[in-house]
Amino acid sequence: MTASTQSNKKLITYLVLGCLGMFGFGFALVPLYDIMCDTLGINGKTATTAQAYDQQVINKSRTIRIEFMAHIQPGMKWDFGPTTNVLEVHPGELVKTAFVAKNNASKRMIAQAIPSISPGLGAKYFHKTECFCFQQQPVDGQSPADFPLVFFVDPQLPKDIHTLTLSYTLYDITEKTLGEALTGPQAQGVTP
Amino acid sequence: MTTANPQTNETVETIHEETVETNHDDHGHHEQPPKGIMRWILTTNHKDIGTLYLWFSLTMFFIGGAMAMVIRAELFEPGLQLVEPHFFNQMTTVHGLIMVFGAVMPAFTGLANWLVPMMIGAPDMALPRMNNWSFWILPFAFLILLSSLFMEGGGPDFGWTFYAPLSTKYSGDSTALFVFAIHIMGISSIMGAINVIVTIFNLRAPGMTWMKMPLFVWTWLVTAFLLIAVMPVLAGAVTMVLTDKFFGTSFFDAAGGGDPVMFQHIFWFFGHPEVYIMILPAFGIVSAIIPAFSRKKLFGYSSMVYAVASIAILSFVVWAHHMFTTGMPKVALLFFMYCTMLIAVPTGVKVFNWVATMWKGSLSFEPPMLFAVAFVVLFTIGGFSGLMLAMTPADFQYHDTYFVVAHFHYVLVTGAIFSIMAAAYYWLPKWTGHMYSMTLAKWHFWCSVISVNVLFFPMHFLGLAGMPRRIPDYNIQFANVNEIVSIGGFAFGLSQLLFLALVIKCCRGGEKAPAKPWDGAEGLEWEIPSPAPYHSFTTPPEVK
Amino acid sequence: MKRVLYCLLAALMVPPVWAESMRLNMTQGVTGISQEVYHLHMTIFYICCVIGVIVFGVMLYAIVKHRKSKGAVAANFHESTKVEILWTLIPFVILIAMAIPATKTLLAMEDPSNSDLTIKITGSQWKWHYDYFDKGVGFYSVLATPRDQIENKQAKQEHYLLEVDKPLVLPTDRKIRFLMTSDDVIHSWWMPAFAVKKDAIPGFINEAWARIDKPGTYRGQCTELCGKDHGFMPIVVKAVEGPEFDTWLASQKQAQLDAAAKAKAALSKTLTKDELYQKGEKVFLAHCAACHQPTGLGIPGVFPALKGAEIVLGPAEKHIHIVKFGWPGSAMPAFGKQLTAEEIAAVVTYERNAWGNNVGDAVQAADVDKVEK
Repeated sequence: MTASTQSNKKLITYLVLGCLGMFGFGFALVPLYDIMCDTLGINGKTATTAQAYDQQVINKSRTIRIEFMAHIQPGMKWDFGPTTNVLEVHPGELVKTAFVAKNNASKRMIAQAIPSISPGLGAKYFHKTECFCFQQQPVDGQSPADFPLVFFVDPQLPKDIHTLTLSYTLYDITEKTLGEALTGPQAQGVTP
Repeated sequence: MTTANPQTNETVETIHEETVETNHDDHGHHEQPPKGIMRWILTTNHKDIGTLYLWFSLTMFFIGGAMAMVIRAELFEPGLQLVEPHFFNQMTTVHGLIMVFGAVMPAFTGLANWLVPMMIGAPDMALPRMNNWSFWILPFAFLILLSSLFMEGGGPDFGWTFYAPLSTKYSGDSTALFVFAIHIMGISSIMGAINVIVTIFNLRAPGMTWMKMPLFVWTWLVTAFLLIAVMPVLAGAVTMVLTDKFFGTSFFDAAGGGDPVMFQHIFWFFGHPEVYIMILPAFGIVSAIIPAFSRKKLFGYSSMVYAVASIAILSFVVWAHHMFTTGMPKVALLFFMYCTMLIAVPTGVKVFNWVATMWKGSLSFEPPMLFAVAFVVLFTIGGFSGLMLAMTPADFQYHDTYFVVAHFHYVLVTGAIFSIMAAAYYWLPKWTGHMYSMTLAKWHFWCSVISVNVLFFPMHFLGLAGMPRRIPDYNIQFANVNEIVSIGGFAFGLSQLLFLALVIKCCRGGEKAPAKPWDGAEGLEWEIPSPAPYHSFTTPPEVK
Repeated sequence: MKRVLYCLLAALMVPPVWAESMRLNMTQGVTGISQEVYHLHMTIFYICCVIGVIVFGVMLYAIVKHRKSKGAVAANFHESTKVEILWTLIPFVILIAMAIPATKTLLAMEDPSNSDLTIKITGSQWKWHYDYFDKGVGFYSVLATPRDQIENKQAKQEHYLLEVDKPLVLPTDRKIRFLMTSDDVIHSWWMPAFAVKKDAIPGFINEAWARIDKPGTYRGQCTELCGKDHGFMPIVVKAVEGPEFDTWLASQKQAQLDAAAKAKAALSKTLTKDELYQKGEKVFLAHCAACHQPTGLGIPGVFPALKGAEIVLGPAEKHIHIVKFGWPGSAMPAFGKQLTAEEIAAVVTYERNAWGNNVGDAVQAADVDKVEK
């Protein structure tokens, strides 16, 4: 074995390791992206777990307009909406509100709400101490459900944000959760 | 393309048999090339593989081009005439994939195979068997991709950028084939890149120091590192698309806690360096040709090297300029805007260098020079529209319109493809041992350069007037301009047949080419006879 | 190929029939921001032109004067640190000069003040839904160009492919906030006249705003590839003066309440098969024919035929289910929200009895209402 073959081997090893590393990095981008979203406020994602209410001072001099929006996955036979569309709140104040949902289907379904805040930068300052989006929400057929939401707005909220829109998109995850057979065309093997 | 001359070969072989042994692995290629098809299937010779790559790329260029003709024919007038919107989307998608992964990238790999060993005074590529593999898996990748077009439900129709969830939840079953094809292309590119790096690191002739390497070698070295850095990321992205579609993961599905925008971040993290993968070797080619026909040294060699390196580094921090409209906070918008604008500095340095090299030279305009000069002018126009696109507020108006289509075709067709044409005209005599018809080449140049501008320049206006990209039908106000664009497109497509005829003619025979057909050319590749012997430098040459 | 050649020949011989002339530059638009964007675009464009003229001018001079054929002898200079620093610094300065107006415009786009009206825009394959937030008005806006024009059976009108059944009506001189989201894939809402282009992303909301200066009708399109009919989901905004808008909104609210009441009443109504068939044909041509084709034959391998299809000939319930809730994992959208129960009943009846599908039954609105996911 010549010196050149040996140095070839060494170099190839490094390069292949580099490739594998970059392949791994592609997947590492998934958690890295979440961090990026948190710091930059991409897509207005809020925390997925409850935060503690730790505010002593309520800034009465400032009012933030909070708009609530609801969106249902197409084809999902539910009613879903906020009890109030708009709330005016002071930063630091603990606010309790709720969304109401009704499963109009005849069978029990599991829903998952995905929150999104606009402007995205506001997401960092919108703290939820209780939210129905933290868990999956099973609701029996033909039954209503109350989805409570308790939150406060961080007094650190940048001065140029006056309105925060909180939108929830409700997804039907019954099949995904229960692992039932898909109802899609592939699973059924029928061509309509 | 090569018709290795047995006489010349033999002499070189017998003289240097000893040196070959000690100089590199025994590749089993000391004998004459075997005859027939097996020569090409089993070859480990860098010139044979380079030839295979170049022919493959030319084939793909015509297949991808045929798809562009379908697109332009449908867009010739408003209304749906020839194809259904669904098929139209498949055409735009596969046209993009084939041109990027099938035409431009393999052409550059082919050029690297042919030229890098000759330019650095090496006998062959460092890893010849891997070289064989990296080429021969490529045709299968494209067979798979093309065959998916004939599947029930059609081939990929989500654009070459395959944004989720269009490519996951809403795509056909052929997506699996698409993913598989991309994987193979990626593996092929990575193997090619490893080979180039190892060759450049370990097989340089004595005295060939880093800062003496020809710019083509430098640009390819940087490109190879870019490939190794980003092709695996693309592989990761397509893998996630595959598992999202078929195995129930939710990387890009909001319902399962994923995010469709994340796909774009991952894709463009690959995609932007990919753009430079397709242009850096072009810089190398033009930096070889312009000095040769100006009969004057390249103005600033080292600044060119640094410019290439800085473009490569910057390419990793600008990806989000493809996604200004996805909704980003202003800090991010500003950051990506500034970084993107910054790329104009090293690019400017390159253009100024080329112009300064021509200044007070002794210019002549043989076909390689014609294409190189057209490259500089038209690539710069593409650079200008790129600079305009970098302006975030204005990008909200340009994004996803024909303005963008015009921009990237200026940098890829009159940029990358023109540089490949220039390279072919420059080195064809070396490859084949024959001179080609200068008249035909000049016809090819003038037809191409006129029609390509008729094809792409009016697209700027279409975009500014409000025509989105990737649409099969449009409002009647766009009709006249689309008509002109289509005529330019057909003319450009037909012009390329001249190139095909010229290359075939040149391979078959013609006036015998001297070792150095261009009086101003510099570099080790001109010191060996034309056609280049089967093994380039069996004894390493001395580099002053 | 023959057809292409034919087209080429036709183009060369016949003078252009499309009299409509195209604007060649970016629109100035009708909002303060769109004006600013336009001026930014022109500034950068002129700077690029000047640089281009200088660089290409020098090059052209060299090409003409320094030719070998004219006896030019190559000089021997190369590498000049001074020159190289200069041509790195000058572009840098130019870039800073460009960055200043760009940054200014970008910051102006982020107007934090409260808005007067919020519109929720939802993209879905291949139509837009507009919801006037907290106002009780919302509707779909669908391409209004007849299929016959697209298929070249009828002359194309001026607003070919840029016309919708119900435009988004907006007031002038008020700050309007747009919130974009999507039902399925990513769409992008582009209104050139407002310089607004924002992606509609499923599961998330995005925001943009506009303050319209001038009443008028403005047209745009979806700009993110969203599947087959990406080219067929236009955006039309009708901007009217404030008071006119208020009247319009009030009348819409009333109309929507009436329509809801009517739809409810329709549930208990029984129509004859013929009535349903006639009505259904209209609904089919408007909403279904793009994919399933007016012949009911679909496009093999892409869009299934309805003629002789198992589901259409089978029990009505399954058939209604698919129309109402869509077919997961395929291009078949859910029409349950967009069409009334009566319309679905009509179209299902039509499909079950057209093109030789002689099932013979008539589906009533009440039947549609009963079917659930």
